[in-house]
Amino acid sequence: MKRRDFLDWLFWISGTTVGAFVLYPVVRYLVPPEMPEAATRRVNAARGDELAPGAFKIFPFGGEPGILIRNPDGSYRAFSAVCTHLGCTVQYRPGERMIWCACHDGFYDLEGRNVSGPPPRPLERYDVHLAGDEVVVEKAQTA
Amino acid sequence: MGSVREWLRDRLGLDEIQHLVEKKDVPVHRHSFWYYWGGMTLFLFGVQVVTGILLLLYYRASADEAYESVRFLMTQVSFGWLIRSIHSWSANLMIGAAMIHMFSTFLMKSYRTPREVTWLSGMVLLGLSMAFGFSGYLLPWNQLAFFATKVGTDIVGAVPGVGHFLLRFLRGGDQITGGTLTRFFGFHVAILPAVTTLILGMHLYLVQRHGMSVPPSVEQGPTPPPRMKFVPNFLLRDMVGWLAALGLLALLAALFPWELGIKADPYVPAPAGIKPEWYFGWMFQTLRMLPSHILGLEGELVGILGIGLAGMVWLVVPFLDDVRGIGPRARFWRIVGVIAILYVTVFTLMVYRGGTP
Ligand code: HEM
Ligand code: FES
Repeated sequence: MKRRDFLDWLFWISGTTVGAFVLYPVVRYLVPPEMPEAATRRVNAARGDELAPGAFKIFPFGGEPGILIRNPDGSYRAFSAVCTHLGCTVQYRPGERMIWCACHDGFYDLEGRNVSGPPPRPLERYDVHLAGDEVVVEKAQTA
Repeated sequence: MGSVREWLRDRLGLDEIQHLVEKKDVPVHRHSFWYYWGGMTLFLFGVQVVTGILLLLYYRASADEAYESVRFLMTQVSFGWLIRSIHSWSANLMIGAAMIHMFSTFLMKSYRTPREVTWLSGMVLLGLSMAFGFSGYLLPWNQLAFFATKVGTDIVGAVPGVGHFLLRFLRGGDQITGGTLTRFFGFHVAILPAVTTLILGMHLYLVQRHGMSVPPSVEQGPTPPPRMKFVPNFLLRDMVGWLAALGLLALLAALFPWELGIKADPYVPAPAGIKPEWYFGWMFQTLRMLPSHILGLEGELVGILGIGLAGMVWLVVPFLDDVRGIGPRARFWRIVGVIAILYVTVFTLMVYRGGTP
């Protein structure tokens, strides 16, 4: 190898190396740190007297919205409120007794099953129980 | 006076500039009308830079203050409503002008050798404009923008392979939070302006370098078309268009001041009527009309892949078309262009005519 070629080669190799050393931390910096999957597995979603039968509320559950619905008989059911289509927040339509996503008109039944519109999967269902005056929502034990 | 001029001329090289200016001319033929749209896009970008910098004087980029600062701007600051409405309206007109510019250069086959890179840089500029629009839309931190951004970034997240990375990069986390707003603000007022200025400089240099292209139908004519001096003849005509655009902006801002809506709240159900800005409408409508599953794949994914593929083909057309712009291959790509225009137009209109299906 000629001296000139060797220097050329050295130039490019060292240049690329310096570039990589500069770029690596920058690229890593751009990506935000993974937050430990919110350790929240249970949360007090509402007070016992807060929801009338047929009403619903959206509550924060580990950084994401959940939906708590009070059935006409006074019992509760809870789901993730994140539409499985493109992540809008769903709401309850007491008239049809359906969960509805306004973004692209997706419907889920009261088991969380996607029944019409674009949503491809059911909503994750949560366990609900009463603890004193609090309605407690808990991630199902499976997973 | 004369000596000052000479002093500057020698130091700034004014002679060379004057020479360039005198040399530049524009062909005159029956499609010359379409030559104005690049300049129109440039003018509207200028309006965005000026009004954007003015907005920066009052805007505060945090989830707690953004909405309030825009409300303050709209209700308390003298002519605040005007500056913000012009920024918003001009953003839409600018992207509209850029699209007209793109489709007209496509049909005139201006991308033929040696202007392939001009086409590529133009496509990058359109992408950057749409990124400007998407990032700016979130800045007032209202409910519609919050969910439109949620849906938009979720679509990005569904891209196979890099989707999850891109989604977290855009949102600055898994959710849309104040952190997302800060990021979008950084994109909107620092990164995008810097990159756009660079690519725009390159685009304009290439236009200057190669001169205006002449469409094949004119090129094939018996005599070359006559030419018009750029300065002052064409530039003055450009300016008539810019003045009309300025008038239109003032009219739109006065008659339809940009709305602010209600403040974003992550724990409120999505309101009905979430839709993206119109220039994303044709993609939005395409995705909306797909069934939830196609051949075992999620409809969304099929749509994203399809749109991505179409975009790729559109980008490399200069390398696929006939260099002379005539013959069966040229005819084929013209038909593709016409279909693309019809598709984008019809699907964009459907967002507004169809309502929710
Ligand atoms: C250097 C250039 C620019 C600067 C400094 C800038 C700055 C800003 C600022 C501070 C806001 C927030 C205030 C508000 O929301 O009213 C904003 C909003 C916005 N910007 Fe820009 N901008 C620039 C260029 C652009 C361009 C080129 C486009 C589009 C093609 C654009 C589109 C938008 C949109 C759609 C909004 C939301 C308007 C609203 O709803 O209030 N901007 N911009
Ligand atoms: S995000 Fe819920 S239907 Fe599209």
